[in-house]
Amino acid sequence: MESPTLNRLHEILGEVVLDATAFRHEITAIVDLAGILDALRIIKNDLGFNFLVDLCGVDWPENEKRFEVVYHLLNMATGERFRVKTRVGEGQSVPSATCLWEAANWMERETYDMYGVHFSGHPMLTRILMYDGFDGFPLRKDFPIKGTEAPENRYAPTDIRRNED
Amino acid sequence: MAPDRINISDRLQDDLPTEHMIVNMGPSHPATHGTLRLILELDGEIVVKTTPEIGYLHRGVEKLGENLTYHQFIPLTDRLNYLSAAMNNVGYCLAVEKLLGVEAPPRAQVLRIILSEFGRIIDHLVCITVNAVDLGAFTAFLYAFQQREKVYELYERICGARLTTSLTRIGGMYRDIDDEWVRDAKNVLPGIEANLKEVETLLTRNRIWLERTQNVGGISPEDAVNFGFSGPCLRAAGVDWDLRKNEPYLGYQNFDFDIPIGETGDVYDRYLVRIEEIRQSLRILRQALDKIPDGPVIVDDPHVALPSKDAVYGTMEGLISHFKFIIDGPIAPEGEIYSATEAANGELGFYIIGDGTGRPHRMRVRPPCFIIYQAMDKLCRGKMIADVVAILGSLNIVAGELDR
Repeated sequence: MESPTLNRLHEILGEVVLDATAFRHEITAIVDLAGILDALRIIKNDLGFNFLVDLCGVDWPENEKRFEVVYHLLNMATGERFRVKTRVGEGQSVPSATCLWEAANWMERETYDMYGVHFSGHPMLTRILMYDGFDGFPLRKDFPIKGTEAPENRYAPTDIRRNED
Repeated sequence: MAPDRINISDRLQDDLPTEHMIVNMGPSHPATHGTLRLILELDGEIVVKTTPEIGYLHRGVEKLGENLTYHQFIPLTDRLNYLSAAMNNVGYCLAVEKLLGVEAPPRAQVLRIILSEFGRIIDHLVCITVNAVDLGAFTAFLYAFQQREKVYELYERICGARLTTSLTRIGGMYRDIDDEWVRDAKNVLPGIEANLKEVETLLTRNRIWLERTQNVGGISPEDAVNFGFSGPCLRAAGVDWDLRKNEPYLGYQNFDFDIPIGETGDVYDRYLVRIEEIRQSLRILRQALDKIPDGPVIVDDPHVALPSKDAVYGTMEGLISHFKFIIDGPIAPEGEIYSATEAANGELGFYIIGDGTGRPHRMRVRPPCFIIYQAMDKLCRGKMIADVVAILGSLNIVAGELDR
């Protein structure tokens, strides 16, 4: 994979970068959870990726560390895009990227709301799309597509008039 | 002899205990576009803190995306930024085509540009004039919606629906257009240009508009990039970044157009940037409507697109292929892509993880106005309640895209 950014990242961080993949001309680096904030700081300050495009979560329930938090980054000066991922298990917590980019604020709240991934150091980590007090994390693979709320039983069967002959 | 005048306010000002008032601009409010809730902490008339609350239109689009095939997801993309549905369709189909590794034929690409630019025009018309309505200028809204009706007619002729178009398919377009459509589309453009002049006459040098919108809600370019702004709000702040120029897609590099850049990023600059973007979109449309290449509008690959109806009704292979395609969906390779287009609000991105079946493992929509809306607190600090309304209107927060 030809990527000067990836090479620089390997040089600076060493074994914190666990793996890297390439697909359709896009480079992804998978970084260890302990070093994710350092990696993001280096990518922002030293490698010039000043724009956080997206931050989201992915659920891989068959993995031991089931959640992946994915960061999409953009270098506005060169137009280069880069993707960084980190794997986190249930109950573990990811350092918040709000100290680097203000844009991470609501995106981390949404990842918490939808997956239950906790971000440490976030100014206000509360539910954002679901209502406060909602139980469960909707985008997890074990959350049913039809939801968990009991269907409203508007007409009890005995109320439905039938033609009784 | 007159008594000495006592200035009561001087004496009481320092001792008067005050506390901030919390006012709720509730989800159902005439000045919030869609169901948005703003909790304002006020010191008199000055806003001290703004807490936006969203999620009133959350429909679980991303969860549904994991359970539907790539084709079945197209109508859901209409309903993201419903003001310019065609742009969402185009953005989504480009993302899936990137994942599958196919490219739409040249005629489909130019058609997508034409329909996207019409979508951009109508989105900006709504944003500007609804912003004006919030501040009391109702006439511009009525004038602009006449032109929106004309574009609706064009959309209806091509796909049957005015608002939720579902125009594109993976690998191309749903249907082809004829010369009559091209002629009528060209006839719509002078009307939009004239109407834009009318809207500008009403607003651009209007004393009240200038007082209400200048120096309100400004943001510096560094802050705008830090907050993840994109689209007209970013360009109004002075940052030269437009995906149509910086990362061209669909052949935008073949057309001649400019990108308006603002200075201070305040509400007035955003208004001016949008007006100018409508003009530049008209410029692209004039060029594109003259140079539509001939050819098919959808790729001829049975793994990606439905076979034509005469093949389905006439041959056994066509029938089986149609059936398998509808049931299984286009089979995507294992891998992940991110694809972004310049929608009316900014960078609309789709991050799709394919897993070897016809349904994605993850369908993430990167909504531009979700990320822009985060900055609401910063933009409104120290302003008055009336300014909050002006700023909210200028950011073009569309609840469908915000909450998905």
